[in-house]
Amino acid sequence: MILLVPRQTASNGWQIATPVMAVLATMVTGGLLFAIMGYDPVAAIRTIFWDPLFGPAASYSRPQLLIKAAPLILIASGLAIGFRAGIWNIGAEGQYIIGALTGAAVALALYPLEAWWLFPLMVLAGLAGGWAWGMIPAMLRNWFGASEILVSLMLVYVAQRVAAWMAFGPMRNPEGMGFPGSRNLQQYPSAANPELIAGTGAHWGVVAAALAVLATWVLMSRHIRGFHIRAAGTAPRAARFAGVSPTTLVAFCLGLSGALAGAAGLFEVAGPAGQVTDKLGTGYGFTAIIVAFLGRLHPVGILLAGLLLALTYIGGELAQLTMSLPAATVQVFQGMLLFFLLGFDVLTRFRIRRRLRA
Amino acid sequence: MQRRTLLATASALIMALAAPALAQDEPLKVGFIYVGPVGDGGWTYQHDLGRQAIEAEYGDRVETTFIESVPEGADAERALTQLALAGNDIIFATSFGFMDPVMNVAAKFPDVKFEHATGYKRSDNVATYDARFYEGRAVIGTIAGRMTESDIIGYIGSFPIPEVIQGINSSFIHARKVNPDVQMRVVWAYSWFDPAKEAEAASALLAEGVDVILQHTDSTAPLAQAQQAGAIGFGQASDMAAFKPSPRVASIIDEWSPYYIKRVGAMLDGTWESGASWAGIGDGEVVIGEITDAVPAEVKAEAEALRDAIGAGEYHPFTGPLNKADGSVWLAEGETASDDDLQSMNFYVEGITAQIPQ
Amino acid sequence: MMIDPLSVFLLLISASTPILFAALGELVAERAGVLNLGVEGMMITGALAGFAAAYATGNPFLGFLVAALAGAVISMLFAGLTQLFLANQVASGLALTLFGLGLAAMFGKPFEGVKAPPMPTGPLRINWIVWLGLIMVPLIWAFLNRSRAGLILRGVGENHEAAHALGYNVRLTRTAAIAFGGAMAGVGGAYISIATVLQWTEGMTAGAGWIALAIVVFSKWTAPGVLAGAWLFGGVTVLQLRLQAAGVAVPVQLLSMAPYLATILVLVIISARQKYSRRAGGGSPGSLGTNFHALR
Repeated sequence: MILLVPRQTASNGWQIATPVMAVLATMVTGGLLFAIMGYDPVAAIRTIFWDPLFGPAASYSRPQLLIKAAPLILIASGLAIGFRAGIWNIGAEGQYIIGALTGAAVALALYPLEAWWLFPLMVLAGLAGGWAWGMIPAMLRNWFGASEILVSLMLVYVAQRVAAWMAFGPMRNPEGMGFPGSRNLQQYPSAANPELIAGTGAHWGVVAAALAVLATWVLMSRHIRGFHIRAAGTAPRAARFAGVSPTTLVAFCLGLSGALAGAAGLFEVAGPAGQVTDKLGTGYGFTAIIVAFLGRLHPVGILLAGLLLALTYIGGELAQLTMSLPAATVQVFQGMLLFFLLGFDVLTRFRIRRRLRA
Repeated sequence: MQRRTLLATASALIMALAAPALAQDEPLKVGFIYVGPVGDGGWTYQHDLGRQAIEAEYGDRVETTFIESVPEGADAERALTQLALAGNDIIFATSFGFMDPVMNVAAKFPDVKFEHATGYKRSDNVATYDARFYEGRAVIGTIAGRMTESDIIGYIGSFPIPEVIQGINSSFIHARKVNPDVQMRVVWAYSWFDPAKEAEAASALLAEGVDVILQHTDSTAPLAQAQQAGAIGFGQASDMAAFKPSPRVASIIDEWSPYYIKRVGAMLDGTWESGASWAGIGDGEVVIGEITDAVPAEVKAEAEALRDAIGAGEYHPFTGPLNKADGSVWLAEGETASDDDLQSMNFYVEGITAQIPQ
Repeated sequence: MMIDPLSVFLLLISASTPILFAALGELVAERAGVLNLGVEGMMITGALAGFAAAYATGNPFLGFLVAALAGAVISMLFAGLTQLFLANQVASGLALTLFGLGLAAMFGKPFEGVKAPPMPTGPLRINWIVWLGLIMVPLIWAFLNRSRAGLILRGVGENHEAAHALGYNVRLTRTAAIAFGGAMAGVGGAYISIATVLQWTEGMTAGAGWIALAIVVFSKWTAPGVLAGAWLFGGVTVLQLRLQAAGVAVPVQLLSMAPYLATILVLVIISARQKYSRRAGGGSPGSLGTNFHALR
């Protein structure tokens, strides 16, 4: 009989070893899957994990990793802080959509005005939109005790419908031949979020993601609020005695993660996506939850997890392209990776003991 | 100038390798990006049949690849770039939402040819193509007008965009022509593919007394509902042959093969030029699937005669006198609609009492 | 313009069947303290497995049986992760959705383009699976509120430490609840492929699993509430489509938001009642979403 004994603090060694083990396990089982499907397993795994980084077109795909990973990292950094405090914002997808809408609304309202302050204003609007959407579950929890998990999830559905309404109605491009979707912000210089240094993929969202990783690291390790958050997560009752106000913490965590998700939405709609459409939410908000857990809720871990997930997306596309691997097979492979990473995590939090028979 | 853009160098390198498309020993590389999975049984499935037709036609002289289930927006731009970097000489993008990504990527790869389905933006290396589905709708509208006993026919629309509105008007005009008492009910599903919702939309129409359902959404759910209610319908996008002979009494098929074969042929000859193609029954791009025995022989003959007249260019489905729904004159006696008028169509013709959602 | 209420109602009860099944299953899982966001993944698995079995055997009911089994089997991935390896439930559920959608798409290729055998209709021209869904409502209510096993299950969901201290096996109870949730989601998904569409296509559940999650919240975690929720969510869609069909212009997007806003309102009201009055019960299960690890 096997017994799990919780560790006082997560094991550092295992924290590094388990993701590696999980990736290896995915490669083995995934390779088996590919082999059964009739594809060369070694080539498939090389295409997914190696080629985006070092393959023939790597000079293109490496920057793309940043573009794909940036919103995930930005959102997950905010979410992880709340998760550490036991505050479960699972509605980042909604905050992302609303941030994109409020940010884009500023640009569309002022079109065709060109001014240096337009983009900063849009960023503020995106932050504010995401913050406000995140504050709804925070306030409902603080005032009425409503579960923030469920309220934030419900607000995702509402946000998706707001996006559809905007794309078909108020924000529709008047020059769009009757098709839904707003003007393309990429073609509106003052509102666009372009590549900052050509060929690097880095747009303002990538910069923001890097800043978010740094800031959350400082917050969690150096700042008193970070201490409160960790205390509230591990020993809520003790934290309360130590003077940590749970309502402030709820508002802080949901507001912060909402604002970051909103900013991610804005950077995406003004940059890589370009347009407000009814398909504004592409699932970054949900994937970011997985990224936060894969990153063990640690800023550096989140950075790596975001990049790893982006790698499998881009590698998956390459595998479709070069090996005709169906998209579904790639999706199954990604699912396996997540299962293994989540499963192996047990080793970082628990010691495995053999139970002695009495 | 060491920081010359990596992308430009990479693409220059690839183009140096791939540009001489006329070199006889190298097969022409043809890439596709699809918005859905090839297994959707509708829109994407039909495009993929077109891809297979290219391979069947040109054999070793071509090599085709595709990336499926690509979300519109940032992911589309990356997938298109990956296809271009992989050395594809011509790339077909098969969804309206790929329009701006196609334009962006095409600007970066001037030597790669792009073909965008259903869009309206073109450049030297971007052509657009679409099919005159309204021609097929005229034929099935005729069948619907003849077959209805309740004199109420129903139409399940996807999104209120010009292409769908053309179809509604065309089928209504021709249903009225053979049955002056006919009325049409329109329901918008706000989705191209959502079986549960399409089924509900069909049920809603059936409950209104509709006994013939036309659909511009891609699942077979409306046919399944029609079958249970003893009503009839038509295959959409693909033949939907599994529902023969009834409720599926005929179908309107998107047949992209002739266009794909023609355009890839032009690439092989070196005669490819940008342009806008909008072909219909005459070019075999819109095909009326087998009209089954559930339709009386004289109705079948009438529908086939109309099909042939349209195909031969003797008859235009939008020929005056036609008024708009508000009573104003649209087309005078004998006048036919211009393509520009059709491509931005946002009104119903006289006789349809519903409102187009704005 | 008149709309016959009875016809709308009949339309409604069959249209809401997939979400009713999925939500009833999720209800039982959540009452045991498990938040499984993998409903969509389990539904699509059931949709494929059920369709494949119905097609192969020509018997739709066998299809539903296989769908239930398939849903339960794939839910065991989630159970293993959360109950055995104590992984986070939210992340594991999301991973299950991703995996299920991919798996079904992968194995579904051979079943594209073929048609399911017809569903025999039952009493009142409503098919038997719709009736089964309706019958499940009182059965689950009785199980949760009137049976000893239901009491244990609720105890586990309300306070797993206490349930464990009383000697009940928290993990086993939860695993069983997850399996039941998977089976119900599987049947719900299969209803779409076998009874609604009669064909298999990738991604055919189109978000129904997510609606089911909302319904459970709306229900205040009760079986009759789930039925009301399924009818409300289904009803808004049916009604707006029905109004459209009758030629009435409706603000579709705004209307489709309404049930979610109503759900939030319900949640706020029950939470506030729980917070400000002493009356217990009627709220979300106390241990919802948290994992249990026995220290002894």
